[in-house]
Amino acid sequence: MATERNDIENALNRRYEAGFVTDIETEYLPPGLSEDVIRELSAKKHEPQWMTEWRLKAYRHWLTMPVPEWAKLRIGPIDFQAISYYAAPKARPKSLDEVDPKLLETYDKLGVPLHERAKLAGVAVDAVFDSVSVGTTFRKELAEAGVIFCSMSEAIREYPELVQQYLGSVVPIGDNYFAALNCAVFSDGSFVFIPKGVRCPMELSTYFRINAINTGQFERTLIVAEEGSYVSYLEGCTAPQRDENQLHAAVVELVALDDAQIKYSTVQNWYPGDENGVGGIYNFVTKRGDCRGARSKISWTQVETGSAITWKYPSCVLRGDDSTGEFYSVALTHHAQQADTGTKMIHIGRNTKSKIISKGISAGRGQNTYRGLVKVEKSAAGARNYTQCDSLLIGKQCGAHTFPYIEVKHPSAIVEHEATTSKISDDQLFYCRSRGLGEEDAVSMIVDGFCKQVFKELPMEFAVEAKKLLEVSLEGAVG
Amino acid sequence: MLKIENLHVRVAGKEILKGLNLTVKPGEVHAIMGPNGAGKSTLGNVLAGRDGYEITSGTVDFGDKDLLQLEPEERAAEGLFLAFQYPVEIPGVNNTYFLKAALNAQRKYRGEGELDSMQFLKLVREKLRVLHISDELLHRAVNAGFSGGEKKRNEIFQMALLEPRVAILDETDSGLDIDALKMVAEGVNHMRSPDRAFVVITHYQRLLDYIVPDHVHVLAEGRIVESGDRTLAHKLERQGYAWLDERRVPERTTA
Repeated sequence: MATERNDIENALNRRYEAGFVTDIETEYLPPGLSEDVIRELSAKKHEPQWMTEWRLKAYRHWLTMPVPEWAKLRIGPIDFQAISYYAAPKARPKSLDEVDPKLLETYDKLGVPLHERAKLAGVAVDAVFDSVSVGTTFRKELAEAGVIFCSMSEAIREYPELVQQYLGSVVPIGDNYFAALNCAVFSDGSFVFIPKGVRCPMELSTYFRINAINTGQFERTLIVAEEGSYVSYLEGCTAPQRDENQLHAAVVELVALDDAQIKYSTVQNWYPGDENGVGGIYNFVTKRGDCRGARSKISWTQVETGSAITWKYPSCVLRGDDSTGEFYSVALTHHAQQADTGTKMIHIGRNTKSKIISKGISAGRGQNTYRGLVKVEKSAAGARNYTQCDSLLIGKQCGAHTFPYIEVKHPSAIVEHEATTSKISDDQLFYCRSRGLGEEDAVSMIVDGFCKQVFKELPMEFAVEAKKLLEVSLEGAVG
Repeated sequence: MLKIENLHVRVAGKEILKGLNLTVKPGEVHAIMGPNGAGKSTLGNVLAGRDGYEITSGTVDFGDKDLLQLEPEERAAEGLFLAFQYPVEIPGVNNTYFLKAALNAQRKYRGEGELDSMQFLKLVREKLRVLHISDELLHRAVNAGFSGGEKKRNEIFQMALLEPRVAILDETDSGLDIDALKMVAEGVNHMRSPDRAFVVITHYQRLLDYIVPDHVHVLAEGRIVESGDRTLAHKLERQGYAWLDERRVPERTTA
């Protein structure tokens, strides 16, 4: 038994493969938050005056807001003055060819090669390292199709009219505590603009990497799909293994005009902390899509395996008639991880449809909460929602919690909610093992079966990645 | 090939098997019969390695291996198969995928090369044809939503595919109609060979009309109390188990 114990421990110790640190010369803003810090941050990014003012307005609003405490999460107090709000590699390349080889190597190691020879086929990548974007691939090919895909900083400088028109139009400055903080201090993220009638010729992807110590990452992403356009966007996230908690507070806004479709997929693998709950990322994210046009569609798919704390509710505002919102989620908590995640589907237009498939997996002492709101406004005749919310428990010390909120103001609405909670049973495990499968393989197979409905929504390469990630994250969960 | 000696097993503190002896040679079919609560299913579960059974004494040799030292998956790879009385549902896991993973895990353990998808499908088609099973079962999740008969068919199909050296059928006939029963028997008979053995655990004689055993044993109160050829099964059918009462050893009181 002693050797077995060691095997499990070894597996756990090596399980977070993205936990390395890149040794690179980094420029920081000193820790602390004030109007001066925000002005300095804005100046470093060469932002126009309107942007600086926007940030300051958000900051002043944030100061008046209380820290939200409604989530089922136990979080120690966050000292916002102890965080550095800007960290960036010193060398600032003009193009991908000039990017520091150490950075290229980092992304190679993470499986996201950026250089021309090895870059992912059919996927354009924007790589965000700490507070800045270090490069975007396939720019020329995308430009030919009329698609804009660049870092948010660049967009603010190069496409100020578009940014001003849409930024904050889905998640307003004072939306919530963490969104307000993000508006004040956001550093980088991606900007995507798909013009009318264009089907984006490849998958777009942003890879977020936290590297520097004692910094927060505040990403800001904005995707606008004009009439009749289509885009599939993927997001991946990792961070080094450290004993300190690091803050990640992101805002993502999606806008879909008439007949446009946006498919947004996330594989979130921030450092989850160790088995005793030391370290890990605090992940506070506001993601919202606005189905502004008729017959538009926004689909969120997320696989959340990382972070010590996950607080995240990718939502759809179904404003356009006949628009559709979807949310597919797998959230896994192991060891001392906590997740409070779900979605909001706000039906405003007529005949709007939404679908929610949520799969929560709890192992170790992990706590997993689904929190969802389905709201049908007076205007939303013929609205339709289907929610399925399943929880899987592995072991005896973990917890699963479900808080579905439903508000219906139109009599013609049809809202369905199904929920199940199950355990990986000893019977299932024994059955698999009696056929020759090892215990860990058996668990990952059962979990994979449980998550199937969500995985099939992910683009192929991501589905494989997500499955592997789940396996690694569950190592040592049984036995 | 399978040698059980003086096996004592406790479940939740209660002794269920009380010194069971059984020797199974290659090519043989052994039927284990007995009244409810005799320990028939315990025997199957202990051999396959299920948790929750405390082996207080006795040995089980499987080929040249000490079976009781092996993990369930190792026993499977060594060639032991248990057809479950109540096959377990695994939602979302495709039956074909499950079987391919299981077979390849076993092959890997034995140092044989893993089968690729084409080789595996060829094997699957071959087995389906022999067993007269429609390939519809393959596209569904493992046992999920299967009828009782379909579940048992699936067990036999798995057995055919995994090609064990010793197959234990735990009341595979329970709850089956006559057609399903024949199908199960046909599967077993087709697989009978000089180097493969079967242990057929059953409550009823009926199955043994179709799977003709070489040896019939009566398990009562944790021991084999009577062994014979297939005529023993007929006797049991006619006379029940009561006549064996005198052969039971009274409970010893332990201090």
